[in-house]
Amino acid sequence: MDIHEYQAKKILSSFGVTIPRGGIVYSPENAENKAREIGGSKWVAKAQIHSGARGKAGGIIVCNSPLEVAQATDKLLGKKLVTNQTGPEGKIVNRIYIEEATDIEKELYLGLVFDRSSESIMIVASTEGGMSVEEISKEKPETIIRSKIEVAVGIQNFQARELAFGLGIEPALIPRVSDTIVGCYKAFSELDATMVEVNPLVISKQKQILALDCKMSFDNNAMFRRSQVSELRDKTQEETKEVYASDRGLNYVSLDGNIGNIINGAGLAMASMDMIKLAGGSPANFLDVGGGATPEKIVKAFKLITMDEKVRVILVNIFAGINRCDWVAEGIVQALQKIEVKVPPVIRLAGTNVEKGNEILKKSKIKYIEANTLEDAANKAVKALG
Amino acid sequence: MAVIIDKSTKIIIQGFTGKMGTFHADEMMKYGSNVVGGVTPGKGGTKHLDRPVFNTVKEAVKETGATASILFVPPAFAADSAMEAADAGIKTCVAIVDGIPSHDMIKIKRYMRRYTKSGKMTLVGPNCAGIISPGKSMLGIMPGHIYKEGRIGIISRSGTLGYEAAQQLKNLNIGVSTSVGIGGDPINGSSFRDIIEKFETDSETDAILMIGEIGGPQEVAAGHFAKENMKKPVIAYIAGLTAPKGRVMGHAGAIVSAYGESAVEKVELLKECGVTISKNPSVMGDTVKKVLGKS
Repeated sequence: MDIHEYQAKKILSSFGVTIPRGGIVYSPENAENKAREIGGSKWVAKAQIHSGARGKAGGIIVCNSPLEVAQATDKLLGKKLVTNQTGPEGKIVNRIYIEEATDIEKELYLGLVFDRSSESIMIVASTEGGMSVEEISKEKPETIIRSKIEVAVGIQNFQARELAFGLGIEPALIPRVSDTIVGCYKAFSELDATMVEVNPLVISKQKQILALDCKMSFDNNAMFRRSQVSELRDKTQEETKEVYASDRGLNYVSLDGNIGNIINGAGLAMASMDMIKLAGGSPANFLDVGGGATPEKIVKAFKLITMDEKVRVILVNIFAGINRCDWVAEGIVQALQKIEVKVPPVIRLAGTNVEKGNEILKKSKIKYIEANTLEDAANKAVKALG
Repeated sequence: MAVIIDKSTKIIIQGFTGKMGTFHADEMMKYGSNVVGGVTPGKGGTKHLDRPVFNTVKEAVKETGATASILFVPPAFAADSAMEAADAGIKTCVAIVDGIPSHDMIKIKRYMRRYTKSGKMTLVGPNCAGIISPGKSMLGIMPGHIYKEGRIGIISRSGTLGYEAAQQLKNLNIGVSTSVGIGGDPINGSSFRDIIEKFETDSETDAILMIGEIGGPQEVAAGHFAKENMKKPVIAYIAGLTAPKGRVMGHAGAIVSAYGESAVEKVELLKECGVTISKNPSVMGDTVKKVLGKS
């Protein structure tokens, strides 16, 4: 789960990371007042969307008066921002973060992620803040320093200090930079985060260490014990069909193609998508209905797939283990009696009670194309496109 | 003795009296697995499915001599249960449950560092289908009837894709020695490398089929191990050629976030290690057959 910049800043600030003064607003009037409340003579209006690279997309506006702050807010609110991370459809701006402008002397990069090889938390830092970590590793890989933190004992001060010295920080500022690193680590480990990124972490002309932009992502599996984090979820930043799916216990990712998929198991779903591609088609989605797919769940899956206007053919591929094919077949029949589909779906059943399942499909009045293998199903789906 | 479990392996069910535990314990017993009891804290001293229920894993081990366990407990309590099993001297523990926080998985693995290599429990999963040695024992939730007895070892992150492979092999009249589902999470108990190492020394396995997917370093790490240490042929299929970068594809661990984690890159890196690649998921069986024909 991702959260907004302003939410991440608030969290990190509670762990001792210093952030510029700022506040969230939902209207231009609000924004003007907020600018006055913050004080100073220069502000930044920042569009809050779940994406980086907002500056290049026009989502960050520097303002010289509270009136300009109001105008910038007016301009940004309700707009769809398209960045290199959002896809062509962009993301809607509903909240603006107003922040005092910072006089930047130096921009640094600080990121924390799970390292799957060592199964520890990895801190990555670089003197080249302001660029994405991908860009840094491509253009200035020699500036990247890393530190693996043993999670059983947590971060030690020397590790933070080593990173700070590694960044070439002047001695007087080492304690503040170390505290910032320790704060980020604590936020990561105490809140079940999967990613914390401060980019840039800046040294201001006034020699303050400030987190100028922050991103945090969290482990969905841990949200049951992190209610204060899970309530930060902003569904307006997620794809409509993906929200519909997650509310119904379906695992769905929207893609560009026109063959809709209903599959049980994430691996089998990816494999079926690969087969569609090899057969010359293109998948419209990834959809895993899960191990114990009930008839109700199959109906919901059909509803979801038919919501997608791109979809011209539906491919159902179920390898029944715990769930049985006859059960799945009943769901398919129910779904097709309720929901209209343009082209008969291609259905491949395998595993437990496959004969019974196919019999149910045949006896029903529904129109469908039967497939026997993974390859057969993909070929028939592509052929059905016409 | 098959590679991890055998007909005689004594199994206990953690979360025995719950709905999932009851259903799958029954399925396992029908398959012929030697289920000797189970654990549900607070229900010790009772009987369930005609087997004794214990309050703690330690008691269960002491009374039954169990060496294997399977977890059917909710994700919030799974880490605790796995550590309890390790502490009680269980040798093999399968965690079926999907939804264990990554921080908890790391905690389990750090906890297990206190044991010496020989005394350490093999944890398989979470978010997996479990282990089956066809005709011998099932410590998992797979449909047992699709597995034919034979000499191919299967390791798969995905449950259903592992079933797909077993069925393709069966259709070609090729059987399976043991199939291990290692699960789809980013941090798991046993890696591909951990399991192929066991298969290399298993006298009942001739070749290994590894079914991987996008995300993480494990498939390639296993490839390097195979290149340097193994004589048996390794065949691999990697799912997710069409998966977009940076998106989680169902499994929490199926996300491309670094070089070498996409399907195309993994295939290239595995080829360099001498692993035979199954070009697509419908020819996993055929590819194994071809490799067997050569050796």
